[in-house]
Amino acid sequence: MMLAAIENLGSITLSHYIFTSALLFVIGLIGFVTRRNMIVMFLCTELMFQGAAIAMIAFGRFHLNASGQVFVIFILTVAAAEAALALALVVLLYRRRETLSAEVWSELKE
Amino acid sequence: MLGSFAATILPIVVSSESAVVDVPVAQATDAFGWAALILWLPALSTVLCGLCAVMKVKSKLPGWITVGLLGTSFLLTLALFFSYEYENPVIIHALQWLNISWNGEGETVQFIANFALYVDSLTLLWMLFVTGLGTLIALYATEYMEVDVGKGYTRFFAGISVFLFAMSALVLGDNLVMLYLGWEGVGFASYWLIGYYYKKPSAVAAAKKAFIVNRIGDFGLALGIYFIWHNFGTVEYRVLFEALNAGGYSTETAGWSVRAIPYLLMLGAFGKSAQLPLYVWLPDAMEGPTPVSALIHAATMVTAGVYLIARMYPVMLLDEYALPIVAWIGGLTALLAATIGMAQYDIKRIFAYSTISQLGYMFLGLGVLTSFGAAYHVFTHAFFKAVLFLTAGAVMHGFAGQLDLRKVSGLRHMPGWRIVSWTMFYGCLCLAGFPLITNGFYSKDEIIAQAFITPGFGFVALGVIGLITALFTAYYAFRVWFRVCAGPVHFEPGDDHHNGEHGGGEFHPHAPRLVINLVLVVITIGAIASIFLGDWVLRGVGDSTAVYPSPHAEGDGFWANPHRWMPWVASAAGIGGILLAWYFHLANRSAAERMKNALLANGLTRWLPTAMENKWYVDELYHATVRAPLWILGHFLNLFDRYVVDMFLVDGIAKLPRALARTFQPLQNGILQSYAVSMAGGLALVAVLVVLMPQFVEWVRSVMGGAG
Repeated sequence: MMLAAIENLGSITLSHYIFTSALLFVIGLIGFVTRRNMIVMFLCTELMFQGAAIAMIAFGRFHLNASGQVFVIFILTVAAAEAALALALVVLLYRRRETLSAEVWSELKE
Repeated sequence: MLGSFAATILPIVVSSESAVVDVPVAQATDAFGWAALILWLPALSTVLCGLCAVMKVKSKLPGWITVGLLGTSFLLTLALFFSYEYENPVIIHALQWLNISWNGEGETVQFIANFALYVDSLTLLWMLFVTGLGTLIALYATEYMEVDVGKGYTRFFAGISVFLFAMSALVLGDNLVMLYLGWEGVGFASYWLIGYYYKKPSAVAAAKKAFIVNRIGDFGLALGIYFIWHNFGTVEYRVLFEALNAGGYSTETAGWSVRAIPYLLMLGAFGKSAQLPLYVWLPDAMEGPTPVSALIHAATMVTAGVYLIARMYPVMLLDEYALPIVAWIGGLTALLAATIGMAQYDIKRIFAYSTISQLGYMFLGLGVLTSFGAAYHVFTHAFFKAVLFLTAGAVMHGFAGQLDLRKVSGLRHMPGWRIVSWTMFYGCLCLAGFPLITNGFYSKDEIIAQAFITPGFGFVALGVIGLITALFTAYYAFRVWFRVCAGPVHFEPGDDHHNGEHGGGEFHPHAPRLVINLVLVVITIGAIASIFLGDWVLRGVGDSTAVYPSPHAEGDGFWANPHRWMPWVASAAGIGGILLAWYFHLANRSAAERMKNALLANGLTRWLPTAMENKWYVDELYHATVRAPLWILGHFLNLFDRYVVDMFLVDGIAKLPRALARTFQPLQNGILQSYAVSMAGGLALVAVLVVLMPQFVEWVRSVMGGAG
């Protein structure tokens, strides 16, 4: 599938978009799982978000349906609000423990 | 084979194809409507005593209410007796009670049990002494129970009234359901009154014991009534006896459910009348106040078993082994209880064992086909045993609860005790069967002589046992009298001394006053009168369902006819017993102790006095064979409940979710990344499932298709 996509670079098809979307999502996921820095982890979630958004736009265009794009506009709006909230949270958490590592916040186990 | 064996057991019964004799059967009448009051007055008395309890009456009022109403009930019984015509028994309808009909197998089945009085001579005989002695003993109790005036007094008389109501229902009822109501009612009243001193643990235990042992008998009676209903389709005496008169119930052809009836009724009778193996409750029942012992546990209630078998006499003939078993149980009980009575020291307990022993005579009489002898002995015994208990009560009352015959002596020389001493003397004479001047002599002779006449399995041996028992009886009766009433004056107060009115000071026995003495004299006169009532009882029994032609002796020579030599032999036994008692307990009081010590010193004979004093260890035997296994079973079930049901099933199921949770607990480790991994893993799993779903469905289909 990957080779087929490279061979058909001349004409960009739906699978190219899906591939990009999946790539973004996986990069975000790997980053989220491997990194400990809360800001980086937050960025990684944004990355996964955008991967999903690309898939929606691509499918919206493919099916000639505007709702995919409309949905993405909503997602961007929400993501902006969420970014403000999340970064504020990170700042607060940092003030408490003087570190950005997520590992220090593990009191809610069991 | 079985038939010929049975023929040697009780040939007379076996030789008949159906009922031996036609018994007179009562017919309904509209007259005597007022007779129902005999039943209702004690019930009214209970209600009034209850009212007294509610209004907290602090006088002897409840006692007088009870005496008045029971006395009226007795007068009505007398009136009924005088207006009753012989050979014309009647059923008097009082109240419609149970009248149920339903459709069963193509015909309408009717179950009728009304509050109706079945009045024949047997009923009247019983009712006369039940209400008569009931009234007199209630009168005695008005003085005897005066220490408890107030709550206890009211409770006592309410119990007596309940008892009289239940006993009247038992005797008067015209059907077995009403008899059963009375049967349970007297059992309940007995429990109530034995446990009168409910703060005393031994009284409470005795009450429970009486109730529980009686349950065993009651179970037999209930089942017997059911089998009668099952086989004869009725519980009414009239219909039942008419069916038996009509015949068709041969001992040869009857099914097991018919043959079981006499044994089940017998079990009930043995429970209520304290016979082997269910007699153990009666000696303990002496924990109740003495008037209760006199009325319920000597004169009236314990004869209910005799009444049941006498009333159901035609039914008892449904199996040829039933009556011989009754005879043997009666004879053995008489002997066993007499031997225990000889070695006791508590006066009331001695009289309790004598009651068991005398009841044994009554069952012996029923078993050897002299229902007259049994009924006559019930009648005479009711009087003299009431006297004996009431005198014992007077002693107990006067000596602050002292009942040990070693600790009171010379009563007849003390001022104010003359009537008690001499009425007790007469009571002991009756119990001993002293010739000619006592009622017990005539009734006991009748039974023992008949045991020698009636052919049956070992009946001659039973007659000998009866004679030996008569000797023992005379001995233990006069052991009491010679110890307590004769000899040098000496007494020790009982345990109630400290809280009586004599508190602190020196103890003075207080002699009974007018009422107690009056009652003792009246009942003694009744006992004397009953000597002359033998023919009347004979005629009465002949006019009831207990009628049975006792076999006659074959020869007429002196030794061929036991009825002729019995008075001499029985007199010899009675007088011999009295003389023995006189030697050991009056003339030479230390001899008894010396003999006992001699027996105890010898290793071979040591068991005899020990076992007799310890009541042959029957209580211990029951403890080991009945109570202990039940106790172990109870504890086993307790452990089963605690460890299997509660711990394993209930707690185990409750622990299951927690154990499940513990398995998944490590997932919640607080590390953000691991949550993320599991989310991603879950997502991946779902994705794989979605992608592979068509293949999966295809695979399932192939498997199912292959199987189907």
